[in-house]
Amino acid sequence: MKHELIKIESVVKEFGDNRVLDGLSLSVREGEVVVIVGPSGCGKSTLLRCINGLEPIQGGEITFRGQKVDGNSRSIVGIRQKVGMVFQNYELFPHMTILENIVLSPVLVQKRGRKEVEEEAMQLLSRVGLEEKRDSFPRELSGGQKQRVAIVRALCMHPEVLLFDEVTAALDPEMVREVLDVMLTLARQGRTMVIVTHEMSFAKAVADRVVFIDEGSIVEEGSPEAFFEHPGTDRAKRFLNTFTYEKVEKGA
Amino acid sequence: MELLRWDVMRSYLPLYRDAMFLTLRIGWAGILAAIGLGFICALIRHYKIPVLQKIVGIYIELFRNTPLLVQLFFLYFGLPKIGLDIPAEPCGVLGLALLGGAYMAETFRSGLEAVEPIQMESALSLGMTRTQAVLHVILPQAVSISVPAFVANIIFLLKETSVFSAISLMDLMFTAKDLIGLYYKTLECLTLLVVFYLIILLPVSALGSFLERRLRYAGFGD
Amino acid sequence: MQALGIDVLFKGINMQRLLGGLWISLRISLIAVAFSIVLGLVVGVLMAGDNPVIKAVSRVYLEIVRVMPQMVLLFIVFFGTTRVFGWNIEAEIASIIVFTFWGTAEMADLVRGALISIPKHQYESAAALGLEQGQIYRYIVIPQTLRRLIPLSINLVTRMIKTTSLAMMIGVVEVLKVGQQIIEANRKSSPHAAFGIYACIFVLYFAACWPISMFSKYLERKWS
Repeated sequence: MKHELIKIESVVKEFGDNRVLDGLSLSVREGEVVVIVGPSGCGKSTLLRCINGLEPIQGGEITFRGQKVDGNSRSIVGIRQKVGMVFQNYELFPHMTILENIVLSPVLVQKRGRKEVEEEAMQLLSRVGLEEKRDSFPRELSGGQKQRVAIVRALCMHPEVLLFDEVTAALDPEMVREVLDVMLTLARQGRTMVIVTHEMSFAKAVADRVVFIDEGSIVEEGSPEAFFEHPGTDRAKRFLNTFTYEKVEKGA
Repeated sequence: MELLRWDVMRSYLPLYRDAMFLTLRIGWAGILAAIGLGFICALIRHYKIPVLQKIVGIYIELFRNTPLLVQLFFLYFGLPKIGLDIPAEPCGVLGLALLGGAYMAETFRSGLEAVEPIQMESALSLGMTRTQAVLHVILPQAVSISVPAFVANIIFLLKETSVFSAISLMDLMFTAKDLIGLYYKTLECLTLLVVFYLIILLPVSALGSFLERRLRYAGFGD
Repeated sequence: MQALGIDVLFKGINMQRLLGGLWISLRISLIAVAFSIVLGLVVGVLMAGDNPVIKAVSRVYLEIVRVMPQMVLLFIVFFGTTRVFGWNIEAEIASIIVFTFWGTAEMADLVRGALISIPKHQYESAAALGLEQGQIYRYIVIPQTLRRLIPLSINLVTRMIKTTSLAMMIGVVEVLKVGQQIIEANRKSSPHAAFGIYACIFVLYFAACWPISMFSKYLERKWS
């Protein structure tokens, strides 16, 4: 039995009167790839942000390796180094080159030697095919390239878990694949990942476990085969139906 | 008859040169202080430091909504009556710093506001502390965004130095008025006045246009 | 405790005289703003067009206003015209001329900025909906331009009011000058009046400008 890395217990998250997460519980084991799906506004992105301590929660508890995740505590900085996050709109730092973006945090936060970090950064960059972009600025890259850099930036911190928040949602269709391929490779290496996505065929391919969230709580979870082929609830069926089309009958 | 008497103008040159150095000295000292003050005030306002943000808010409104001339009169003629005697030159620097600080604060603050909040989260998610994120990620972006407005403020403040003669500082305006009164060489005096202000302001204006073009070329966004 | 001029403020008609002085400043500002807005609209529309001569001339004009202190312009008009043309312009008229010259440039720049800030696809989508040229301006361009322009031109009023304080430097008897006179007249009886009088003038200017800037900010937020 592998270790539990992240444990989420009856978490409640509210924005004013609006309850976004309603007593949700979930745990992520080491080496597991958990894919979270659900309709827009169901709370899946909020859940990821809570795991990284970017949103305060109003009830329940989130722990990482037994340590409580709390955005205001001193320990959060250490936890965030172990929990990497990749955002929908990349959020590279526009005033820094690609290499500086990647190297900044390992050097500043983890006090590692710049030379060693740069070497590692270059290795990672070449693995995603972007080593010649080291001195470019983010604005000179395509969306797909930026997102691959963002993944490298997170990897360079040596995280134990990676959180992906709809990382292909802002991309042009032809760039989605290059980013998903990088993620598939990471999954094959046995990394622990929590992925929020709308790419259903990708979810099917990469997930060890699929979690379907609606209205702030988990409606269904299981293996990708079970979820996609034989969804157990009506809500999940309806959700999956929004990704298919029926033939239009023309003329009267 | 010539329109302008060159010999007269040449004989005035040293007076104007000294006056220009005075204007430059007070002007730039005031501007540097204004930048520092504005920077601190902007951070206080943006990060909503309790109590201080209220005080800073009142200060900014007071000094943005009154003319420098009135501020200087109060500082230079009013304050001595309650025992705060500030000599003319520091008083000029102080006045310019207070006025400029209020303007710079608003400029920096809108720069800070223009940085997407998620940039902060992106930095935090990489394990940075808030202070590290502000220093390495937020401030550099905010400062570059504010550059055009920042240069406009500097030009505005340099122009505002033209009221210093009101607190008996022998600046360019003082010199021009004095010489006109003494010798009635009005055109010569006014020409020199314009020329010397151009010497002070044109380089800053040119630098401003240059920076603005460069920033636009190198603009961050996609 | 010394009387810091509060007594002087309420002695005789001193307060009325100060307010009268403030009115002179406000009158100059309002006249100059009125001229500036009308002229600025014309110049701004011309500048947004594509006549190269007008563009070149207006750029020089804007640059002059941008780098020359208003004080210098005041001196040129007030002292210079007497010498060159033999005119003896009243200080108040000279102020109005200079502040209009300055205000027109500011206004024109705002108008131009507002006009070119309307994206091209707004014109295109209006045309695609079948609107004619006149209708495009009437229903699409002008309303959007005004929404950007009105808060900024209201803000110009406060800047104008603050700038008129310079008029005292060429001898207009406005609020600061009246203040000086009152202090001078009460030098014997109330040697510390300068504090109270100048504080009062500070507050008067604030009271004149602050509500206007708040209103401008309010409109800007409402319409953005």
